Amino acid sequence: MRRVVVTGLGMVTPLGVGHTLNWERLISATSGIRGITGFDASDLASKVAGQVPRGTGEGDFDADTFVSPKDQRKMDDFILFAIAAAQEAIKDSGWIPQTDEERERTGVMVGSGIGGLPGIADGAVTLNEKGPRRLSPFFIPACLINLASGHISIQHGFKGPNHAVVTACSTGAHAIGDAARLIMWDDADVMVAGGTEAAVSRLGVGGFAAMRALSTGFNDTPEKASRPYDKDRDGFVIGEGAGVVVLEELEHAKRRGATIYAEVVGYGMSGDAHHISAPAEDGNGGFRAMKAALKRAGLNPSDIDYVNAHGTSTPLGDEIELGAVKRLFGDAMDNLAMSSTKSAIGHLLGAAGAVEAIYSIKAINHGIVPPTLNLENPSESCLGVNLVPKVAQERRVRAALSNSFGFGGTNASLVFKEFA
Amino acid sequence: MSDIAERVKKIVVDHLGVEESKVVENASFIDDLGADSLDTVELVMAFEEEFGVEIPDDAAEKILSVKDAIDFIKANAAA
Repeated sequence: MRRVVVTGLGMVTPLGVGHTLNWERLISATSGIRGITGFDASDLASKVAGQVPRGTGEGDFDADTFVSPKDQRKMDDFILFAIAAAQEAIKDSGWIPQTDEERERTGVMVGSGIGGLPGIADGAVTLNEKGPRRLSPFFIPACLINLASGHISIQHGFKGPNHAVVTACSTGAHAIGDAARLIMWDDADVMVAGGTEAAVSRLGVGGFAAMRALSTGFNDTPEKASRPYDKDRDGFVIGEGAGVVVLEELEHAKRRGATIYAEVVGYGMSGDAHHISAPAEDGNGGFRAMKAALKRAGLNPSDIDYVNAHGTSTPLGDEIELGAVKRLFGDAMDNLAMSSTKSAIGHLLGAAGAVEAIYSIKAINHGIVPPTLNLENPSESCLGVNLVPKVAQERRVRAALSNSFGFGGTNASLVFKEFA
Repeated sequence: MSDIAERVKKIVVDHLGVEESKVVENASFIDDLGADSLDTVELVMAFEEEFGVEIPDDAAEKILSVKDAIDFIKANAAA
């Protein structure tokens, strides 16, 4: 089977734009969670979110940098974030196809959990108040999930497989895993892969709040709201952003002397077959996804030094995931570091798996595991587990596993290994 | 009357992101100003909003240039 490596990284998150800056802020225990701005949250139960900082300061997201103002009207924010992250990742990889064949061997697979929810909400208002003749011709293409991949391919001339994943909060992980398989199967030599989300809006927050899924007890102290594994956690904090990686066939990367960040060695998937939003109590779905990823990687639990947990800060989910990790890792728990970076950025839904994959790769590259913020009073089940409370830890990371679990009972685990 | 021409040109500049100097009366939206078919639909909607006119689809299909738009609005907009 052809081997696949990561040669480019790009991200837009509540900690800012760019993978270098993201990492610096993440390991210095910075929180990107704030009180909601940009729309009225006064009647919403959850008034905190991980919103991408906008402006022209260091690390701020300035859409004009990535897309002309004329074209910005043709895309919802989830597409803008994806374009920005892809531009960084592609530049970072140095991959600029010169021939038609090279362009045809370069594909895109960027997914989203929800897509253009704010645009759909606005479109519905226009329809009701002004009638169908006032709907913009760009309404549909601005909201369609696969248009993130579409725009990236158009902007860069990539004519290989053009695909998009939609698996709720597992989207980013599935996209990277599936794109790697397209390369393994020789459908492409290079894939631009990841996830994007921009659903922090009245409809998005209102909808998740209706499910009683969001944190509501920390509206006055936003930075404390996302607290995975802590006794006081009370739901996830919604976030937005995008994570995109450039995946490349190993020999292709070597031939052009590309910087190799890590190898994608494992990918496992499973379904809970249990409930539309709640994970099965026995954690069997997550357990099987992780087990399948390790098997594919040909690694034992003791070979994994870091787990980037799904860890959304919900009362049920965190415990169930931790139970599954304990069962799978057994004695190897003693040497394992496991943290939830959602404590710093919130839950980026369809972008989460891709953003967290990048954080996992950076942990391997830098020999530092990022912290779980706000972990002040761990739940009883956490005793003896190194959840990297509040402060980053220096340690070698030979291989890292990243978990993503989504509504509908869809689970994905990725394993990245240091490339020697 | 020239007010209509200026307002039409401003809408074209804003929506197509083109330089004002290129938006001359005989400029074609698609051939000269880089618009695609969806852009032209949006332009017609913008003219409708700005001038309070309704432009039926069969008339809209004939509005291909800046001059076409100005002429239609002059003929159909409320005084």
